[in-house]
Amino acid sequence: MIQKIYDWIDDRVDITPIWRDIADHEVPEHVNPAYHFSAFVYCFGGLTFFVVVIQVLSGMFLTMYYVPDIENAWRSVYYLQTQVAHGQIVRGMHHWGASVVIVMLLLHTLRVFFQGAYKKPRELNWMIGVLLFFVMLGLGFTGYLLPWDNKAYFATQVGLQIAEQVPFIGEHLLTLLAGDPNIVGAQTLTRFFAIHVFFLPAALFALLAVHFILIRRQGISGPL
Amino acid sequence: MAAGLLAPMIRFAIDPVLQSQEKSGDLVNVNLSVDDITDTPQRVDWEVQQVDGWYESNINRTAWVYKDENGEIVALSPICTHLGCFVSWEGSEDYPNEFYCPCHDGRYYKDGTNVPGTPPLRPLDVYEHAVENGMLYLGEPKPREGA
Repeated sequence: MIQKIYDWIDDRVDITPIWRDIADHEVPEHVNPAYHFSAFVYCFGGLTFFVVVIQVLSGMFLTMYYVPDIENAWRSVYYLQTQVAHGQIVRGMHHWGASVVIVMLLLHTLRVFFQGAYKKPRELNWMIGVLLFFVMLGLGFTGYLLPWDNKAYFATQVGLQIAEQVPFIGEHLLTLLAGDPNIVGAQTLTRFFAIHVFFLPAALFALLAVHFILIRRQGISGPL
Repeated sequence: MAAGLLAPMIRFAIDPVLQSQEKSGDLVNVNLSVDDITDTPQRVDWEVQQVDGWYESNINRTAWVYKDENGEIVALSPICTHLGCFVSWEGSEDYPNEFYCPCHDGRYYKDGTNVPGTPPLRPLDVYEHAVENGMLYLGEPKPREGA
């Protein structure tokens, strides 16, 4: 049945070369843990991406209940956590995944660093990776505020004060992030929500696309 | 065309930065008689109206109020200038006669000046104040230059 549908489409628009080009390619022996178990270190990048996918999916579902409003944000999180079926699991995935993604990302960075895989011709991809790291930290910072509990509020307070320490533009940066020069409040929450759910994911997807395209163009770095 | 599309959106996003002028809020009666102010900093709590975009609310404010050696009233903000924790007068037994921040051992002398070598980079903010009919009125906290 599925084969028939596939053939019907493929007959008309010839999709086989498209997915072949994306998915069907050789993985060298030295990065395949099935041959050398120690090659599991090459999996951290893929694992980071895997957790990112979990984050995107669980985040999409969380917004079905969450509202970025200071009167209702905490209550909506409390509701989805206590009343909604599997709410604890979905929010738990997003909560724990947020930490796991940073861990995986750091392990991936360490592997690339200590194998010298960032060297010519792959310097550009290292830089893209650093940008990805910053985007991830931004996602962590903005997401932390959204439950609007005490920990979230004061962590953000501290984070914004750190931003304020930036030379020359610090105060403007704080206002731009918080929406008000003195208050962490209604406008801060809506801004952080917009940044967390739209702006940073957009940047993340664009950078990930470049990251992956560069890997395909340049291939995986050779064995040590 | 791209500029025409983006310009309104960017102006929209940075509006809070361009909107914020130095605001001098009204001074508020904090229910403290001037006669009750001693040379030891005392904690004063009061409420002010706060407008946060579309959200209006009453918030609590706190000051450490005392008279300095010249008899001048000083009202210091309790917000640590390091990372925003709450600073208390003689908050640590190890540092008498100083304001102390429990978060990172930040310290301030009695006049609010930060103790060099501790985390804060500038003195505690000072509230604008006025005296009317023997009662203390406080306004906005104002930052001072670093020591």
